[in-house]
Amino acid sequence: MLRLRFLWLILALVVVSVLFLTLGAKGSWGFTLWFRGQKLASLLLIGGAVSTATILFQTITHNRILTPSIMGFDALFLLILTLMIFGMGAGGYAQVPKVTLFLINLVLLTLASVALFTLLLKDQSSDLMRMVLTGIILGVLFRSLGLLIQRLIDPSEFAVLQSASFARFNKVDADLLLASAILVGLTWGAVWRMRHRLDVLALGEVLPVSLGADPRRGQLLVLMLISVLVSVSTALVGPVAFLGLLVSSLTYRLIPSWHHGHILPAAILIGGITLVGGQLLLERILHFETPLAVVVECLGGLVFLILILRKGST
Amino acid sequence: MIRIDNVSHQIAGQEILRQVDLDIPQGGLTALVGPNGAGKSTLLSLVARLLSLQLGRIEINGQDLQQISHGDQAQLLAILPQVLTSTHRISVEDLVGFGRYPYSRGRLGPQDRKVIAQVLESFELQEVKHRFLDTLSGGQRQRAYTAMAWAQDTEYLLLDEPLNNLDIAASRSLMSRLKSLAAQQSRTIVIVLHDINYAAGYADHIVAMKAGRVVASGPPQEVVNESFLKAVFDTDAKVITAEDRPLVIV
Repeated sequence: MLRLRFLWLILALVVVSVLFLTLGAKGSWGFTLWFRGQKLASLLLIGGAVSTATILFQTITHNRILTPSIMGFDALFLLILTLMIFGMGAGGYAQVPKVTLFLINLVLLTLASVALFTLLLKDQSSDLMRMVLTGIILGVLFRSLGLLIQRLIDPSEFAVLQSASFARFNKVDADLLLASAILVGLTWGAVWRMRHRLDVLALGEVLPVSLGADPRRGQLLVLMLISVLVSVSTALVGPVAFLGLLVSSLTYRLIPSWHHGHILPAAILIGGITLVGGQLLLERILHFETPLAVVVECLGGLVFLILILRKGST
Repeated sequence: MIRIDNVSHQIAGQEILRQVDLDIPQGGLTALVGPNGAGKSTLLSLVARLLSLQLGRIEINGQDLQQISHGDQAQLLAILPQVLTSTHRISVEDLVGFGRYPYSRGRLGPQDRKVIAQVLESFELQEVKHRFLDTLSGGQRQRAYTAMAWAQDTEYLLLDEPLNNLDIAASRSLMSRLKSLAAQQSRTIVIVLHDINYAAGYADHIVAMKAGRVVASGPPQEVVNESFLKAVFDTDAKVITAEDRPLVIV
């Protein structure tokens, strides 16, 4: 049954990708394929990265409603970005290569999440939930600080910042794309190697200890991997809050398995189908002017509400 | 043998354990009894290293617990916690398979599959092995978790109140199964029990705790009597002997 569903998912992804590349193409094929290929690659990359980050986060928190963005991961990324633009000015910011900026931001975000984790979980009696709640509050703090600084900077800097801090699926930097693809590829490799450990970590706080899989170390490692994935997706397209939730709940529904060896590939496929299919539908078929981000966030938000309401009634 | 030597423990400034000295004998079923808040679960958590040791020393088979790596510990000692709040959406067979993680690291080999099949049979879970845990009754679910810990094939198995929320049939069948399996495979089971009659009826050895101290330790026939109940549980209950074991009239 699982095998059949995987085949369907792969088929669906291939179909939407081919349609995305070819449908309604005018003029030179070479140019169209190159241009659309880049866009397709970035959509697949982002869909996969966000889905993986969300599944990982839900695994270590044992909670299928949380997403990394609820804990303010992307808010922190944007705050760091804001501070960089504020510090260097729009001119200075434009001169530094995008990839360098991105890597600096990535390292800072990873350090910050590790610091948060070690500070809050140093004490064995404290639980991961406390860290998540603290993360939510810190997320609000980061957002507010970001807003405060945005009010202080001058309009041209603000314009630069704004273009960097809204979800956008249409213009993606080619240099960034390559760096991101490498990073996401490496992260996926690491995640795949620890897939069995993830199955055990998902069992809770106590059983992993009994089974000899030190949960603290596992959680720390997973948080670092999530930082990388969130940095990539936020740098490429800006914050997407609910995409991961939409994909993860679809995945659990379609693939009723405990094994991350099944869940993660399915989530990556579904993430790709959602973004590529959504973009295809909006751009080529419906000729919509609504940005994909709005539609995805709207659907994801609905899923979030449904999950919360269903939880409440059972 | 598990040797607990002068162990004290504080949680948020409150003394939970006070200089506990205790030897848990090798083999058979040892029941840990005592009123709520006596420190039974804390002691169990320290032995399983769910909490880190603050004062004192714990030895397993003569080896200092702190010197054993987490991986090695998982092949020596298994613990099943008291509250498994979130019921995992996982099939019984997969759950029992996790018991082999200390050996297989997730890649089940032929030996692991043999053990899983045997454990499913000993715990009578073959009928339901493809079912998800959240579709099972409370008794079946507890049996599935216990089977997982059993599949870990450890010399020591610690169970924290496994009879919670089980009816009399499920409780009796779990206890007699554990008792006979422990005898067959010469394993040591330490079990926290609320009901003194289950402890007196099935355990080979009873350890009673009160206010962070061990107040009695020995075979049920020697330990459980009226003055013991008064001292440990502060209640006046009559104790009779039935089939060679003490029975508390409740």
